Amino acid sequence: MYETSYHRPSSLAEATQLAAEKGDEAKYLSGGMTLIPTMKQRLAAPEALIDLRHVGELKGISVNGRSIRIGGGTTHAEVATNEEIKSVCPGFAALAGLIGDPAVRHMGTVGGSVANFDPAADYPAALLALGGTIHTDKREIPADEFFQGLFETALDEGEIVTAVSFDAPDQCAYEKFRNPASRYAMCGVFVAKRADGVKVGVTGAGASGAFRWSDGEQALSGNFAPEAVDGLTVPEGDMVSDIHGSSAYRANLVKVVTKRAVKKAHSH
Amino acid sequence: MTDVTITVNGREMKGSVEDRTLLVQFLRENLGLTGTHVGCDTSQCGACVVHVDGKAVKSCTMLAVQASGSSVTTIEGLANGQELHPVQAAFREHHGLQCGYCTPGMIMTAVDMIERHGSSLDEETVREELDGNICRCTGYHNIVKAILAAAGASQAPAMAAE
Repeated sequence: MYETSYHRPSSLAEATQLAAEKGDEAKYLSGGMTLIPTMKQRLAAPEALIDLRHVGELKGISVNGRSIRIGGGTTHAEVATNEEIKSVCPGFAALAGLIGDPAVRHMGTVGGSVANFDPAADYPAALLALGGTIHTDKREIPADEFFQGLFETALDEGEIVTAVSFDAPDQCAYEKFRNPASRYAMCGVFVAKRADGVKVGVTGAGASGAFRWSDGEQALSGNFAPEAVDGLTVPEGDMVSDIHGSSAYRANLVKVVTKRAVKKAHSH
Repeated sequence: MTDVTITVNGREMKGSVEDRTLLVQFLRENLGLTGTHVGCDTSQCGACVVHVDGKAVKSCTMLAVQASGSSVTTIEGLANGQELHPVQAAFREHHGLQCGYCTPGMIMTAVDMIERHGSSLDEETVREELDGNICRCTGYHNIVKAILAAAGASQAPAMAAE
């Protein structure tokens, strides 16, 4: 790891001020579960790290009725074990419990994952399917507009994800088809059903990061059953192709994993 | 260089470190606590698991400066003098190790797992939660047995008190 300098603000204002002073040589550090390994590989070398783990404004989960808001600094373990989220939106809590391993879930945060937008990150699939909102220190951004491409979000330089929020749907579930070695999603699908239709968020498979599978949404809105997507074909051209699987394999996975997610949604 | 203060195994330790120093480096090189191992150095193998403020984390993926002000427990902090911690005793009893390289991380992960699940731990959960700890000798079978045995044993004092 190249040299860096560590800063520990205790408020959002202090954090953004530090970021403004350090400019683009600075990076925010949340749980560090992606950033620190990346720095160790010398693929990232920020001159300054601004640790957000001690910023109180980023903490906490609030559930009012079916409306859920999760602070950006909340860890995956906190989401996975939160009784209120488990009771109102079990599919979302279950997703958090599938990220990494227990030690990673103790450190990694919702805000960090969302801001990084790894193409195999789990939360983006859920936030797209739930029609969620990403809150920052400056504004609120709908998930559909927030996630833009590979590691690319609507965030401006120095902007911090302070929370994510969404209303719990009538039914939802996340199904993750893991790479057997890395345990990252080769394809992860979050399905969410409401009175006005079904939304399907897919991660791990798309060449431009998580996306909504609109053909699947249309079919499932008519009939929320696994077989509803049987006749559909997912375009191969939009899929990742690498040593772990061809684009054709991943395109097929989108369908298979969606069917499993729908089945799971009926059992939650 | 930054001054850090970390309570390690109940004792307040101070040190001056480069900001890029990993927690595991600080423990091993500054404090000489070499029980915490570095296996893969890429946050996958779990040989470096310690507890930070009561939670299992991978000390190869945390900076020492991040842990300043926190309490850290390492494998050296588990035993009570000559008396092994129940999880350590269970690993010995059930032959939960061969070469021993992964063992400190396995035991720290197991202690954390038992604290969270108690005696409701079942085999499936243990295997699922060992996702981040790799052992290349045992095939995991005796590790799982040891953890399940210790989970039962840990509950014994509480049950006796009822």
